[in-house]
Amino acid sequence: MDTTPLANGPNLLEVRGLTKIFGTLKACDQVDLTIAKGEIHALLGENGAGKSTLVKMLFGSLEPNAGEIGWNGKTVNITSPGVAKKLGIGMVFQHFSLFEALTAAENIALSLADDTPISTIAAKARALSYSYGLPLDPDSLVGDLSVGERQRIEIIRCLLQTPELIILDEPTSVLTPQEADKLFETLERLRAEGKSILYISHRLDEVRRLCDRATIMRHGKVVGHCDPRQETPASLARLMVGTDVKNAERTTASVRGQELLSICGMSRKPAGPFSMPLKNIWLEVAGGEVIGIAGVAGNGQGELFEAISGEALQDSADAIRIRGQAAGRMGISARRLLGAAFVPEERLGHGAAPRMRLSENLLLSRHTTDGKAFVGTAGLVKSGAIQKAAQRIIQAMDVRKSAPDPEAAALSGGNLQKFIIGRELDRNPAVMVVNQPTWGVDAGAAARIRQALIELARNGSAVLVISQDLDELFEISDSIAVMHNGELSKPIPIAEATLERIGLLMGGAEPGHLDHEKEVA
Amino acid sequence: MRIELVKRPERSALFAALSPFIALGLTLIAGAIMFSLLGKNPVEALYYYFIDPLREVWSLHELAVKAAPLILIAVGLSICYLSNNWNIGAEGQFIVGAIVGSILPVMFPDFQSWIVLPLMLLMGIVGGAAYGAIPAYLKVRFNTNEILTSLMLVYVAQLFLDWMVRGPWRNPAGMNFPETRTFSAAATLPEIWSASGRANWGFVFAIVAAIAMWFMLSRTLKGFEVLVLGQSPRAGRFAGFSQSRMVFFAFLVSGGLAGLAGISEVSGAIGQLRPTISPGYGFAAIIVAFLGRLNPLGIIAAGLVLALSYLGGEAAQISIGVSDKVVRAFQGMLLFFVLACDTLILYRIRFVGSSAAKTVEGTQNA
Repeated sequence: MDTTPLANGPNLLEVRGLTKIFGTLKACDQVDLTIAKGEIHALLGENGAGKSTLVKMLFGSLEPNAGEIGWNGKTVNITSPGVAKKLGIGMVFQHFSLFEALTAAENIALSLADDTPISTIAAKARALSYSYGLPLDPDSLVGDLSVGERQRIEIIRCLLQTPELIILDEPTSVLTPQEADKLFETLERLRAEGKSILYISHRLDEVRRLCDRATIMRHGKVVGHCDPRQETPASLARLMVGTDVKNAERTTASVRGQELLSICGMSRKPAGPFSMPLKNIWLEVAGGEVIGIAGVAGNGQGELFEAISGEALQDSADAIRIRGQAAGRMGISARRLLGAAFVPEERLGHGAAPRMRLSENLLLSRHTTDGKAFVGTAGLVKSGAIQKAAQRIIQAMDVRKSAPDPEAAALSGGNLQKFIIGRELDRNPAVMVVNQPTWGVDAGAAARIRQALIELARNGSAVLVISQDLDELFEISDSIAVMHNGELSKPIPIAEATLERIGLLMGGAEPGHLDHEKEVA
Repeated sequence: MRIELVKRPERSALFAALSPFIALGLTLIAGAIMFSLLGKNPVEALYYYFIDPLREVWSLHELAVKAAPLILIAVGLSICYLSNNWNIGAEGQFIVGAIVGSILPVMFPDFQSWIVLPLMLLMGIVGGAAYGAIPAYLKVRFNTNEILTSLMLVYVAQLFLDWMVRGPWRNPAGMNFPETRTFSAAATLPEIWSASGRANWGFVFAIVAAIAMWFMLSRTLKGFEVLVLGQSPRAGRFAGFSQSRMVFFAFLVSGGLAGLAGISEVSGAIGQLRPTISPGYGFAAIIVAFLGRLNPLGIIAAGLVLALSYLGGEAAQISIGVSDKVVRAFQGMLLFFVLACDTLILYRIRFVGSSAAKTVEGTQNA
């Protein structure tokens, strides 16, 4: 490892002493970064390390307090995303900014802000998408597309502006292994064409596979530069976190307990034009075990979660049993009272109200289960008790924040997720259902969350984890079922599950799945 | 050079407090410009409009008379707007509350007892709430837009009142004037302190309602439910709160309060039903609700400001001879500036040099 940046070509971007201060917090402190022409440069760091702040300054969304940015040897002042685009800096965001009710081409046209007719844009986008191996139908509605396809729109939107530097924020967090492989091929091609890429990721394997150099940030500072191909995932993680990161330890399941969550032949009609039906789902989760549900985004996982949580009711009470009680006609609060806890995929706006404080967000899911502790006579809210409980959760899960009781939206994704999971764990639920527990969460926080889920199961609870991250499922599950096109496969015990077998099921290769196979372009 | 709005990471508490005052200031400036364009001395006009009505005790009473319905209605509307239900029909709920509340004194004038007044108030509340339940039911059952339905029901209520006072409820001893018989003493809302002016118990109801709603919103689980469902409906559903029940709750509360305002106005300030019983209180209350930052305590202050705009309009009409339509102009400007200034709570203004001005950018935020 080397602390001075080494360049293997003329530098495209040279950042010197870039500093951004929010109040008393130095989000970026004297950051130096160089990116050469034609390299894929990884930016590594835990959530809250300052990566997002850094790239926002590079993209003109934030103004630095100090420091300078050199572009092609000249000092530039990037005052807005427009300036960044004109210089040739493009960005693909982790959270897509697409309108679901518009087509892909219309979404691209919106960001171009000139009068090019949609048909021209569509033709260009189609040509570009095929030439980079990212097939995309520009006329399809975004709402109908999978997350992977939506990402392609973002990438193509970025490529249409022929950037020299492309910033990708956590691009593979939503892709299947096969989709990720395709993305890597595209990125390697872009590199071969002399474009530079700044690649932000937590997935150390792919950084090692793809990137030429890496810059590692911790607490707002650059703590090192290295060649990721000469490091191990463990050594990279150590650089990022500052201490050793352990994989979650999975002790073998003790005796399989009683069935705590049973889904018996549940079906559900599609709720809207963009949603998936659920078809005859059977699943049993017993105390002491973790069952993982794999699947490409948009194959009914969200609908399944809503059905189990009680945000959508079932036609028959027996379709879902929680701790033996028929719960199909119960709402979410009644299911919580039976001992179930739920963590949805979207953190902001679903699991938490963005503009409410953490303590208020604690009340969100626990006003009924902890009615006595948090709500007094005549519906009076006991804010003192809630504050105390919130602090307890913040400590237990090591939630990092800038104010004593900040709004949920002010927290980084990983820290908010730690709080939301901690909020449910704090109750010691008998049944825990989690959708995407670690999406967009850094390695340290993810390890902590996974460990907490395993521990919960080993203490006798039933844990159901819906995730698109296969590594995660293999790490924590006792068996894995696969969701495809609204159907759920039988759970495969972890000893018999291989990446290939699960990958095939995700693609729909199981009798009964083939009929419905949809062309995922 | 170009002006940009940059999103703040958190709501600005400073501008949340300051925004109504900036809006008031801007309204005064725009009002001064308006008066000078009308050929009046702006300083004098503004004096007669905003200062003169505050100089005498009896006119302070008038201020309370005007403010009472505005505050009552606006407090209810704040529950609606905070929970994302856009009730624009408070004027109609006000009128129906007044009609239903007037059933006893108009149809049974001989029934005179201490119980008449409480019954009237109760019936007014029920009437307004029932009328508010119509757009709520339509929204929940058929997913109609409550802005349209509640607004259109205002005209239904106005025409119904007009027909009632010209037809079935016309005063038999009223020389064919379109008005009902005047209410008996037992059916009249008493004045608070009759020695010095006309202010009646409606103002007390308004203050009590505002404090009760403030307490509900800030201290109880129900208030939390209102806020969660208004800010993020999906998180509200995750919390186990029912969106449809909230629609009914918000419309019933705001309809009931508007109905109470209606019967208080008729029984306290007017003393009978007429074709027109409100100078647009139901609509002006929308401004009051936003000027008060949808906070019931802020609404008390905002209600007094709007009431002043009514009084000032009358005063200015007499003393400097401008049309009473000036009132509407002032109220319109005030709402416009209030909504515009609210942007400053979530955004800050940034001035960008001309180098960047050529590129017009889409919305690319992380």
